[in-house]
Amino acid sequence: MSQIADSQAHYRLTHLKALEAEAIHIMREVAAQFEKPALMFSGGKDSIVMVKLAEKAFRPAKFPFPLLHIDTGHNFPEALAFRDQLVDSIGERLIIHKVQDLIDKGMATEDPGPFPSRNRAQIPTLLDAIETYQFDALFGGARRDEEKARAKERIFSFRDDFGQWDPKNQRPELWNLYNGRSRMGENIRVFPISNWTEMDVWQYIMLEEIEIPDLYFSHEREVVERRGQLVPVGDAPFGPRDGEEVVKRTVRFRTVGDMSCTAATDSPAANLEEIVGEVAAARASERGARMDDKNSEAAMEDRKKEGYF
Amino acid sequence: MDFSTDAYLDMDLLRFLTCGSVDDGKSTLIGRLLYDSKSIFEDQLEAAETASLSRGDQRMDLALLTDGLRAEREQGITIDVAYRYFATPKRKFIIADCPGHVQYTRNMVTGASTANLALILIDARHGVIEQTRRHSFITSLLRIPHLVVCVNKMDLADWSQETYDKIREDFEEFAARFEITDITFIPMSALTGDNVVNRSENMDWYQGPSLLHHLENVHIAGDRDMIDPRFPVQWVVRPQGDEHHDYRGYGGQVASGVFQVGDEVVALPSGMESKIKSIDIGGASQQFASPPQSVSIQLENDIDISRGDMLCRPNNQPTSGQDIDAMVVWMADTPMQVGKKYTIRHTSNEARCIVKNLNYRLDIETLHRVEEAEDLKLNEIGRISIRTTKPLFYDPYRQCRVTGSFIIVDEQTNNTVGAAMIIGETN
Repeated sequence: MSQIADSQAHYRLTHLKALEAEAIHIMREVAAQFEKPALMFSGGKDSIVMVKLAEKAFRPAKFPFPLLHIDTGHNFPEALAFRDQLVDSIGERLIIHKVQDLIDKGMATEDPGPFPSRNRAQIPTLLDAIETYQFDALFGGARRDEEKARAKERIFSFRDDFGQWDPKNQRPELWNLYNGRSRMGENIRVFPISNWTEMDVWQYIMLEEIEIPDLYFSHEREVVERRGQLVPVGDAPFGPRDGEEVVKRTVRFRTVGDMSCTAATDSPAANLEEIVGEVAAARASERGARMDDKNSEAAMEDRKKEGYF
Repeated sequence: MDFSTDAYLDMDLLRFLTCGSVDDGKSTLIGRLLYDSKSIFEDQLEAAETASLSRGDQRMDLALLTDGLRAEREQGITIDVAYRYFATPKRKFIIADCPGHVQYTRNMVTGASTANLALILIDARHGVIEQTRRHSFITSLLRIPHLVVCVNKMDLADWSQETYDKIREDFEEFAARFEITDITFIPMSALTGDNVVNRSENMDWYQGPSLLHHLENVHIAGDRDMIDPRFPVQWVVRPQGDEHHDYRGYGGQVASGVFQVGDEVVALPSGMESKIKSIDIGGASQQFASPPQSVSIQLENDIDISRGDMLCRPNNQPTSGQDIDAMVVWMADTPMQVGKKYTIRHTSNEARCIVKNLNYRLDIETLHRVEEAEDLKLNEIGRISIRTTKPLFYDPYRQCRVTGSFIIVDEQTNNTVGAAMIIGETN
């Protein structure tokens, strides 16, 4: 083997390491170009991976931004416990902004109807957090493989004063050069793991031995079948509805959002290797377990235009 | 396709670009790649089927798997660059799916900027057309190292070798004018799947690989420059507090070349020299850093380095200068004006510049140089001379895509209005 070919093999980067390098670069770019960024932290696996990437970008120093949790009040108790434990262990600042506070002030409303949801109520809560803390850039863990509208979104995604996304008027984004210049009132959402797939996230968690909430692993849980999905039941308002029968099933969650909108899947996968195997064989997409996307074909596009992540 | 867990952790990444219009069957080809490599989920398939039926289509339109925005679905066109993902046990692929028409040149350039390989689609019934030439030119302008010419719709051309050979000859004839080093031709039908993932049984005269086989095996390790070390400093990692009192790391992404602990380096613009004391990622140290790794580098001596500076080797430095010639693709509705001031972003550096001269506009249909051109309009390409407010540390784009590229930002609107590839110093 020639010397050059030899060194090429020696310095080879796997796809995960290439994606990691890209994400670190994006995070540092935001830290350098903005005054007041924050990292959106939900307690879900994608935001946990983001925290790991921030450690890679900034350790041994502290993060140059706080974590921000938009607390819907509909979280899984396990996810909240995990959040607090993680924040404690990394020693970073966490800001919690509650949907309930906005509802109490009459600035947000829960979607009425048979399936109450606080999905939309997150939008005014997020915008209120941006105004309160004067954030000019927010990191999100969204990925382009999740959904068709996201496939076209930039890594630096601009929002106007109302937090709206204009899909037809996006800035060109070339090479690894990011233009973060914005006017007062505008802010951006930044997606460092845009180019990761669900599979990449799981592999990275496995490779880096990242701790995640037990919800992602197979466990016994009380659920009801609703509209063909396994919906977790808990204390009010997440109890069973009239005519629904509560059953115990061995399930896990592929995605962890609100209890009111995250369905479980039947699964015996109890460790990361089994989860990776299951994701590889899966025949339904991850967002298929999110009831909020089911309403219309362009559901996500509409919500993003309103200021959703 | 079967993966073992180990295989997942040992895959390469290949970013490629697809260019073509709906008529070429580009969306169908991508749909086919995703579908045959089992990268489409059932609920996504159902959504596309439902949408096909509600439009009154006869069969499921594979293109619906990829057209994302509502306006695109309604009009049956692709407006913006969309990114798609799939993987085989060998590689993970990122597709930058770009619209083909001339009014979307800027979108194609955007997708091309990060691609290592381009797929160009040719309708076997129509052969090489103006659009083929334009796409090939942009591929060479952006210096995408590998090109695959997909001669598509062979099912509608009687699977004819003669047709294929003619197209291949025509393409090679005009492509000789471009600097494209690696060109592969594949006859196929995205609609029927021939030679996309599986080898065709209808074209036994073709002995080459299927498209997916080629994508999995094309040699990409040599695309990275391991010779010329360039490290633009992006962020200084400086912990507050006593525990890491002495730590001062220069964070950045290796643009090219290899840096090793113990290497002598020089910092630009100061010219101060030092040695690499350590290299780490988030505190985990390693002996060397290669592109495109994002690392933190500590030096033996405490010299003043900040964002926008560059580390390189004393005996291998980039050009440093303020008068620069570049090819620029204009991306805004408001034309580029000679004499106007813009902001530019180059590596981790930001500077202001004045456009001193438009040497010529390049007609992307004929490749003629229009020297009397006075401005550059949306989607137009030209050679410009700029003068910057401070020196940039750059290499010609043909040598390094990272240190050889910059974007132009309009100071009033803050929009990214131009993409530039450096030729070299202004004569």
